[in-house]
Amino acid sequence: MAQDAATTATVGRGLPARRRRIGPGEVIVEAFLRLNGFIAIAAIALIFVFLFKEGVQAFGTIAPGRFIQGNEVDFDNVPQVVRMWQPVGTNPKYSIIPLVLGSFLVALPATLLATLFGVACGIYLAEIAGKRTRELVKPAIELVAGVPSVVIGFFCLATLATLVQQTLGNVYRLNAFVGALGVAFVIVPVIATMTDDALRAVPDELRQGAHALGANRWETIARVVVPAGASGIIASVLLGMGRALGETMIVLMATGNAAQVTLNPFDSVRTMTATIAAELGAVPQGGEQYRALFLVGSILFTITFFINLAAELAVARMRRRLAL
Amino acid sequence: MKNMTIKRMIPAVGLVAVVAAGLPAAAAGNITVKGSDTMVILGQRWAEEYMEKNPEVTIQVTGGGSGTGIAALVNGTTTLANSSRPIKPEEIEQAKRGKIDVVEFKAAMDGLAVVVNADNPIRSLTLKQVGMIYTGYIGNWKQVGGPDRRIIRYSRESNSGTYVFFKEHVLMNRDYAADSQTMPGTSAVAEAVARDPSGIGFGGVAYFATNPKLRIVPIARDDKTEPISPLLPGGAINFPAIWDQSYPIARYLYVYSAGRPEGAVKAYLDWILGPDGQAIVERIEYVPMPPSKG
Repeated sequence: MAQDAATTATVGRGLPARRRRIGPGEVIVEAFLRLNGFIAIAAIALIFVFLFKEGVQAFGTIAPGRFIQGNEVDFDNVPQVVRMWQPVGTNPKYSIIPLVLGSFLVALPATLLATLFGVACGIYLAEIAGKRTRELVKPAIELVAGVPSVVIGFFCLATLATLVQQTLGNVYRLNAFVGALGVAFVIVPVIATMTDDALRAVPDELRQGAHALGANRWETIARVVVPAGASGIIASVLLGMGRALGETMIVLMATGNAAQVTLNPFDSVRTMTATIAAELGAVPQGGEQYRALFLVGSILFTITFFINLAAELAVARMRRRLAL
Repeated sequence: MKNMTIKRMIPAVGLVAVVAAGLPAAAAGNITVKGSDTMVILGQRWAEEYMEKNPEVTIQVTGGGSGTGIAALVNGTTTLANSSRPIKPEEIEQAKRGKIDVVEFKAAMDGLAVVVNADNPIRSLTLKQVGMIYTGYIGNWKQVGGPDRRIIRYSRESNSGTYVFFKEHVLMNRDYAADSQTMPGTSAVAEAVARDPSGIGFGGVAYFATNPKLRIVPIARDDKTEPISPLLPGGAINFPAIWDQSYPIARYLYVYSAGRPEGAVKAYLDWILGPDGQAIVERIEYVPMPPSKG
């Protein structure tokens, strides 16, 4: 089983509070490490400021309501309210609703699928797999995480989309679901490895106690280990979802990029990330569309920020509960 | 030794170019071109190739839109203006007030084909039908005499000139239906429609002409005119129909100059309109000008 490795998570806490410094080298190294920690914080803060500074300026020329809906006349010159993202034209439309819906229409099914496979994989790795199998499977999963997303995107575009359409008979060959399959592939390793880590951080005393009370292996996993590591698993799922929302290349290639207001995962959608990636390169800097795209970026950043924050809180909660 | 002198001259030429760029345009050997975003790539190809053959000339090409280019020409801040639409009468008036006589050159043409899957029995469409399909007014092939199948629309990214031209000339400035899928290039549109029996797409004729899974749809200007294909029976591009604009999704691409061009500017324009410049037009999927100059 995995007792030996499970204890490694607690190593580092048993050290004496602070060792005596040996020489100036150590002082420099310590200062360097601290500096790097602060650079990470500063970088996040600066990205925040930069994004929002540009994004907020969009309100200078675009009334806030236009980010929800715009006005248009149809072929019979009847006025209509439309929710569309169509920033180029005589009457540009900047509704972010189809983009936000599109992002979630890809990220939610992707997270759902990846949770199914990722958590199962993580439980297998932490609780069931023997040491040798584990040493083979875990690097393989991590290798999956290293596949360039453009390769996955191309696979979805060229092969998977046709396969899905032949199987399910969906109208749009490229759609949110095809994108979700590709994105799920990317986040399964995230969820699997983090679930594995979370479960291995569950102290062995709990397992031994369960066995002592007569629980078999399955009962121990289902009623003791997984509940104990639940917050960690939730954190892994949330981080996976944050990653899914931020994924760009796969969705750009596989979702068909139609910015429509829909809740059907088999419709073609356009995500926030794909919109920014496709349009930012070709718009004049400082223009109306440029700033609107930054606003989209700010919204995306805010959403993923809170998802990641929730994940951090879940991890902290688990640490507290297991008194690690 | 010979090499050395040439190398030493390069910074000097560069310096002259920099100084000239700071002065009002049309200093000999330095040409600024501003205007249509659709024509930026074309303009840059022209400039690159021309500068390669005539290193003493410096040409700067920037976009910003046809209106921006013409405004700059009227204000005297650019030598030439690229425009994907003809100059408006009020713009000519404005120029006259500034004692500028704008001279027009038709430099190239642009024709877009509408394409469906080879399995689609549709034989022709009117310009209005295509517009209604892309604005979402027509959603089923049955409504235009085809099979009872939903129409899947393939479009382009909003930053492409093709997107804008189609929006202006076919959609009459209305919005694309929200479910139009945006493809990163015309070849991606071709690929998508080739795989999709319900699909419709548009783009430069040359991209679709050779694909057996696609069919280019002849387009009629209105209910009373004959549909015309941008492709000849043999498979070659129907240049005459684009030249006389009997094929309805076609337009001229213009270059405007302030007054009769002289010297380096004249040489450059002559070269653009000559065989070398027109060969570049064809190479980047636009339509060259008719052989006999009008």
